[in-house]
Formats: sequence, C-alpha cells, structure tokens
Amino acid sequence: MSALPRASELGLIGCHVCGLVCRDSGRDDTDCPRCGAALHRRKPSTYVRSWALLAAAFMFYIPANVLPIMRTVSLGDVDDNTILSGVVELWVKGSPGLAVIVFSASIVVPMLKFFAMTVLLIGAQRHTDWAQLQRAKLYRLVEFIGYWSMLDVFVVALLTALVRFNVLSSVEPLPGVIFFGLTVVLTMLASISFDPRLTWDDRNTHD
Amino acid sequence: MSPPPATPATSAPPHSRWLVCEHCDTVYHRRELARGEAAYCARCDALLERHHLFGVNAMLALVLTALVVFIQANIWPIVTLGLNGQQNSTTLWGTILMMWREHSQVVALIAAFTLFFFPLGKMLSLGWLLSFARLGRRAPGFRPMMVALHYLRPWTMSEVFVLGALVAIVKARAYFDVLPDPGIYAYAALTLLITLFATIDLRRLWDLVPEGGA
Repeated sequence: MSALPRASELGLIGCHVCGLVCRDSGRDDTDCPRCGAALHRRKPSTYVRSWALLAAAFMFYIPANVLPIMRTVSLGDVDDNTILSGVVELWVKGSPGLAVIVFSASIVVPMLKFFAMTVLLIGAQRHTDWAQLQRAKLYRLVEFIGYWSMLDVFVVALLTALVRFNVLSSVEPLPGVIFFGLTVVLTMLASISFDPRLTWDDRNTHD
Repeated sequence: MSPPPATPATSAPPHSRWLVCEHCDTVYHRRELARGEAAYCARCDALLERHHLFGVNAMLALVLTALVVFIQANIWPIVTLGLNGQQNSTTLWGTILMMWREHSQVVALIAAFTLFFFPLGKMLSLGWLLSFARLGRRAPGFRPMMVALHYLRPWTMSEVFVLGALVAIVKARAYFDVLPDPGIYAYAALTLLITLFATIDLRRLWDLVPEGGA
C-alpha cells in the first residue's frame, strides 16, 4: 500500500469541489486558490452529519412504509395503497417486469442504503481494513443508485395529476409519500456527507 | 508511481499536473489519455479521469440541444388519460401544482427543484460558461457557477421521472385509455442526452479556461 502515496501523507489536499491539488497549510481556514471553497483534508464532521441524517431518514422511513402513499377513489369505492401494496398491484395487474423495477427502487435501494451507510460508517470509525475495496465500491453503488428511489414519489404525483374524473375516478396523495420523499432526500444527504476517504484511513490519519 | 511533487501547487497551474483520487486520497501524476482511455485508481478502483470525447463546441451543442428538448418536454402534455369520453392530460408543472393543492407541498417542492429548477439552472449556467469558454474566456461569475454546478450534480432527476411516467402509464392502463403525448417523447430524448452528458467531467473547464485568460 505504501507504493501509493496519499495526499494526507504528502501534506497535500485535493480540493473537494474543483479537484485542484493544493499544499496543506496546516491551518483550518484555508480556501482553495482556484474555486474559493474551504479546503479540508476530510469532509467536516462527517460522522456526526452522516449518522444524524441517516437516523433522521430512518425515522421517516417507518411511516413512509406503514402509511398509505396514495388513495384511489372510484364511484365511492376507496382504496389506499402503501408502497408494498402498489408493487403487488403492479405485479398482478400490470407488468411483472416493471414491478421488479419499482420493488428495487422503492424497497431494495432504501434498505441497501441504510445497510451500506451503517457498514461504511462503522467500518470507518473503527479504522478496520476489512473489505476496504468492497466498501469503497459499496459507497459508489449507493451514490449511483440513491436517487432512483424517488421513482414512486413521481408515480404518485403523475397519477394524482392525471386521474381526475370527478366521481368516476380520482387519485390523491396520502402522507406516506411525503415521508418517503423526505427519506430519499435525507439518505442522499447522508451519503453525500460521508467521506469515502475515511474507508482508507488508519488510526494515524487525522481529519 | 511518480514521486511526490517537489513544489506543490499553491496557485493554479495552467494544467494541473497532479490528481488526487476523490474516493481514497491517493495522489497521481497526471497523464494525457488517448481516445477511449480511462484512468482508474490503483487503490480503490474509482474512475479518476477519462479521455474527453467532446470539445467545448461539442459540449455547447449538447447543452443547447438538451435545453431545446427540455423546453419541449415542459410545454407539451406528457400523457393523456381517457375514461368514458372524458380526457385528462398533464404537464410537469400541472403535476407539481396538483401536488401542492393536494396538501403534499413537500413533494411539490422536491419535484419542482429536481425536475425543473435544478436541471434548467444547470443547462443555462453551462451554456453561459461554455459560450465564453469557446472564446477562450472565463464567463462573468465563472467561479460561483462552477462551485454551484458541483453541488447540484446529484440533485437532477429527470431520468427518474421518465421511468416514473412509464410506471404510471402501466398502472393507469388497467383502468383508462392511455394516450402518450409529445412530452413523453421529449423526456425520453432528454434522458438520452443526460446519459451522454453524465460521462463529461465538468471540472476540466477549470483547466480549459485559465484564470485571467482574455
């Protein structure tokens, strides 16, 4: 590993915003000469922010799944859908292939994000070298797929706007969809706050 | 691996010679990449840099195309539903306003920003930056715009919306007549352009137009 020098070992900082390689002045209030963003060796208070955002996301995640996200009214007949029942309905009445996609985006991806962020945060805080490469790849996967969870939110929004046939048929959003949208935003913020460089830091590297 | 730099850059050099992996902090000496080549980090396997297929003019053309397609996608209805002779269609803004009225203001705001304001802001500022860059100049507001573009990157979701429209169509098909409108085709084209654009690392604009270059 020593054949690959790291910026923190060489007294360098790669600007997190523009990528410029700068000399580490040792002070905490230096700005990048190129883009003007504050330079830091690691993202500031990454553990506190990531854990807090992840916990907040999880608190919203429970009502997001338990509460219905959408109400369908047709001729006085009321039908409330949760995220899971929407997937089941799509499987039965529409297309199983699309149901798999929605299931992945709405159920698998959020759960994977909670699991992955927990593994990444605990691993980084313990400075373990266990599965470093896999953890690095896990982070990039989370970043890449994270925002696709917004799928169900947009589906509910579109159906609400489209299905407006007075008493015959109408769709309205229910609170579950708000909680779900917030869960997605918060998990995205949590993964953005996490600094993947920490996965490779040993005990001797300081923030 | 090259040795560490003797005199690390404190002010921006015309072409940054050093590269730090964003994912693991490993330092590399930059090398020109040939067509089709990409550099990956030897430690964490993250993409460091890829060969730039598009020049400034090509990028500007892409942005302007995306802007035209984006306008089409927003002014035309996306899809029409029919039931017993009644018809109902919606645009993106119709969807956003309806969510606002239906007591889901949070969702309306998320949709307005990730599907309209952020993508539009991104395209307009890129168009602005690139039209100056092709003259070898830094546009007024270059620095704050580049920083804003960096932070905006994860927050545009047009491609998710396209998939959402597809799911909504399939769900509605069980109960209604579904007629696709021009908006959905414009959105499909926009998704292709976004995918193409995702391969471009905008940070190279820092190097392409050096500071004070007039």
